[in-house]
Parts: sequence; structure tokens; C-alpha cells
Amino acid sequence: MATLQEINAAHVEEDHSLRRRDFINIAAVSFAGVGAVAVALPLISQMSPPADVLALASTEVDISKIAPGQAIKTSWRKQPVFVRNLTTQEISAANAVPISELRDPQTLAERTKPGKENWLITLGVCTHLGCVPLGTGEGENRGDFGGYFCPCHGSHYDTAARIRKGPAPLNLHVPEYAFTSDTVVTIG
Amino acid sequence: MSFAWAKPYEPKTELGRWIDDRLPLPRLVYNAVGGGYPVPRNLNYGWNFGVLSGIFLTIQIITGIGLAMWYYSSADGAFNSIEHIMRDVNGGWMMRYAHSNGASFFFIVVYIHIFRGLFYGSYKAPREMVWMLGLVIYLLMMATAFMGYVLPWGQMSYWGAQVITGFFSAFPLVGEPIRVWLLGGYAPDQAALTRFFSLHYLLPFVIAGVVILHIWSLHIPGSSNPTGVEVKNEKDTLPFHPFYTAKDGWFAGLFLTLYAAVVFFGPNALGHPDNYIPANPLATPAHIVPEWYFWPFYAILRAFTVDFILPAKLWGVLAMFASILLLFFLPWLDKSPVRSGHYRPVFKRFFWLLIIDVAILGYCGGSPAEPLYVALSQIAAAYYFAHFLIVLPLVSKFERPLPLPNSISESVLHGEAGEAAPAGLAPAAAQ
Repeated sequence: MATLQEINAAHVEEDHSLRRRDFINIAAVSFAGVGAVAVALPLISQMSPPADVLALASTEVDISKIAPGQAIKTSWRKQPVFVRNLTTQEISAANAVPISELRDPQTLAERTKPGKENWLITLGVCTHLGCVPLGTGEGENRGDFGGYFCPCHGSHYDTAARIRKGPAPLNLHVPEYAFTSDTVVTIG
Repeated sequence: MSFAWAKPYEPKTELGRWIDDRLPLPRLVYNAVGGGYPVPRNLNYGWNFGVLSGIFLTIQIITGIGLAMWYYSSADGAFNSIEHIMRDVNGGWMMRYAHSNGASFFFIVVYIHIFRGLFYGSYKAPREMVWMLGLVIYLLMMATAFMGYVLPWGQMSYWGAQVITGFFSAFPLVGEPIRVWLLGGYAPDQAALTRFFSLHYLLPFVIAGVVILHIWSLHIPGSSNPTGVEVKNEKDTLPFHPFYTAKDGWFAGLFLTLYAAVVFFGPNALGHPDNYIPANPLATPAHIVPEWYFWPFYAILRAFTVDFILPAKLWGVLAMFASILLLFFLPWLDKSPVRSGHYRPVFKRFFWLLIIDVAILGYCGGSPAEPLYVALSQIAAAYYFAHFLIVLPLVSKFERPLPLPNSISESVLHGEAGEAAPAGLAPAAAQ
């Protein structure tokens, strides 16, 4: 008595049946695969920011109380933002640096708004690994270049918040913002 | 742990042999759900519901992991976090509806699985352990489903938690302290919600563990079949793969289509609108019912209205627990050596009566506690216990079963050699 496997094997050698079964097999498995992908997509995309997080896209900051030389920390999308009122010395120190010496070449003018060069607004997130640099508070270490200093791995930023020394690859990020009046800035 | 003719696992590649020598996991899978597990060839669609139960357990675990990424188990925040999932989280509404309806469908397939076992005598020797482990899974499912229903912290959640934990207060002396201990307070609140969330996340993995034991114990004697006649030789079986993987796959596709239809077109059809009202410890909804899958037990609970030696409340709770614990003794209550209901004319009639009885209990459990429904529940509850404690032992003693086929293949093939090959093969090839 031939076993089922032998009967199958014998039968599979006949021409048409093998191709028909292969087709059904491949079609069924591919269809199931497409279905699995269709189900996986929402389960993966659920981990991206939900609508309420995306809705935190802008924040207003009152800058009227910031004297020259002072800085404040505020928050935008749950990330710290530095708003700094530069002194004229700090502006000229930033402008005196040759662009060719910079790791991430940008002028102060490119990092501020026209006519508002004294307002330096950047994310307070070190571009190395995301710590919050020091330098906003009174008496905090501002690093070798008088801007910001990240204590985690020793990145020094200058008075235009450009990276000058240490492991960080880029300048502190300048978010999108606009002056809604002389004393109010809308970030985002 | 298989039949002598089971195909041995033979790794086809060098890498396969290397792995097999070190961690024979592919061998384990092959012998469990691959070509190495011979299955009776005559299984009907009733046998698809075990695999489907596993599929729904998987769906629940996967969607539940996603939901737990967004859910807050805080008495102040839980309800809002559910609404946040529904409105703001990408695809959150789908995850939640898939999960809440997945629970209902999990119970649907498990109930069909259980009743299939009841009809075909799958609980009888040598499969008593399979049956009892299945009941353990069922009890764990009930606990998990109940605690999951509490998590949204709506009105039904809250009062469900109050009522279910109130069961324990029925026991004299120790009851009330146990209830307070379970809740971590005098009423459901933060402590209860957090521990329910913790256990709701834990128990599905315990279920998965017991499922492995359930399958392990099943694979010792092998699957039962609609004739109830044991497998005698190779002609009675087919390898699980590809024959039953294909059949399970096709049927899963069909059943998941039904599930998807409910998830997408009637996601709240099986739920209760009161649970979209945030929990209010000072006002109970007018008509409080558990989820549909608990209705038969809820009817048994409410069937006891008169103090008789013990308080009515205690009788109700005892009867409700007993209605499930009773099933653990089923293999010894039904002594008939014939397994399948097909060959038991008297048993078969009582089986369908039991189905109707449980349906009546379910209907009454979902209805308000009015005299008519309570009276109906009392009759139906009485029959439920009588069925297992009186009818089954008597039937198995006095019934004269129909003659059994000599073998599975005889019952399937009707003696025609032309049918000896698997379906799909031309008769010519089978000669």
C-alpha cells in the first residue's frame, strides 16, 4: 500500500497539478502577507506623536523683562528654548569670528532676525547627545567662548550659540519663530 | 509523544542541522504543528476553534501592548486616556476597538471550542488533563476580561468592579476583609485600578503558558475526532502541515473577516453605552450588567433570592463558582465509554437542551432583575446543575449507544478505495 506521501509525490510529477497547487500556495501566502502588512502599519504608526502632541506646535514668549546680557529658558514642544538678549560686546565678539574657522559655518545674522540681532533664540538641546547646556542662569558656566557650555561631554558654544569646541557636531538649533510685537515672540 | 508513523524531522540545510544539534526549536515546532504531528483525517470545522482561540489570544496581546503604551492607570486620568487613544493617537481607535471586540470574539471561539468538546466527549480519558487545563485557561480568561473591562473607568467599569469584588463579601467572617484587601480600599479607587492594570497585563502571559501545557497534554494522546474512535493506523491520519495548516488558515481568514466587520462597522454593538460615562462612585447606573460573555453566570448569581440555611447572597455566589468548578469533574460524571454525541442518541438530545438552557441563562443574565426573568433563571439554573449532576450520570448508565465504526478511515471512506487519497487528488493517481 502506497503511503499518502508516495501518492502525493507520484502525483506531483504529473505536469498540471503541481503548477496549480504552487499557484494556490503562493497566492494564499502572499495574500496573507499583504494582510499582515496592512494590519502591522497602524500598529507601528500608533507609536508616532499623537494629534495632541502635534498640536503643541507653537508657544508665545514675553521677552520684555530680559535685560541685555540675560537669558531665559522657556519650553516649546516640551523642549527647552533659550532666549538671550545679547550685549553689544557679545554681538561684536560673534561677528569677529572668521566663518572659515567654524565647524558649522553660520553668521550671527543668519541665526537672528533682521534688526533684532541682539535676540538669540535657540533650542536648549546640545547637538551632541541632547543635554541642556549651561549659560542661561546668572553665574552659570558659559564655556570658553562666553555662550553656552554643555556639562555632559564638554561642548562649548559661542555668543551666537555656535559650536566651537567639544564633541557636538552642529550649532544649537534655531527654531522657527517670529516677533508678533516688540516684546512678544511666537516660537513654532 | 506521537504515532509511530509520524514523519521525523529532517533538517534540509547545513544550518538547519547545526541549529537542530544545539537548540531543536524547529524540531519542536515541526512535531507540534508541522508535518510531524499526525491528526485524524476526519476533523470537521468544530476543530478549527482551538487554533482560532490561539489567534485571538495573540490579537489581544498585540493590541493590548499598543494600548498599554498610551493608557494611564490613574483614577483621574484613565477615562481621559481612553478618549485620548480614541481621538488623538494614530490608529488608536482601531487598536481599542480591535481589543474590546477581540475579547468578545475570543469568548465566542472559546465557547464554541468548549461546546465542541462537550458534544464530542473530548474531555474523556485519556484527555481529562487537556479538558481541565482548558478550564484553567477559561477561568484565567474570565479574570483577565473582567479586569480589562474595569480599566476604562467608566460607569460600567466602576460598578462592575464594585459588584464582582462584592462577591467575596458574601462569605461569612473572612469575606469583607478579603474584599477590602482585594480593592486596597473600601470602594474601587486608585489602588484597585492600578492592581487590575498590573494583573490585566500579567494574566494573558500566564494564559499563554497554560495554553502550551494544554497543547502539550493534547499531543500525548493526539487530537480527538468526530467519531470518537481512536486512531488505529496511518490511514486514519493526515500530517498537520499542510492539511490542517491550510484548513485552519482558510477558516481563520473567514472568521477574521467576520471579526473585522464588527470592529469596523459595529464596534460598540457588543458594548454598553453607559461605559462612555466617567466613573461616578455616588451614582449606580439603573441597569447594570456585565459583558455578554458573563451573562449566564450572572443569571445563576441572581437566581438565588431566598435565605435557606445560608443567606441567598452566599448561595448565589457559591452556585456561580460551582457552575464552572463542576466542569472539572465532568470526565468522571459522564461515564459512557462512547465519546462522540453522534453515536449517543439520548445524550445528543440533552446536549442540545443544555445549549438552549445556557442560552436562556444568558438572555436572563442580560435582562433586568424582574420577577419573570428571575423565575426563568431559577428554572434554567436548576437544569444546568441537574444536567451535569443527574442527567449525564444516568444517561451514561442507561443509554444504548449506536454501533461505532471500526476505524476513522472506515467512517470516512465508506469502503471506497477511490477515496483513499486526500481531497484534491484525481482518483486515477490514487490507484
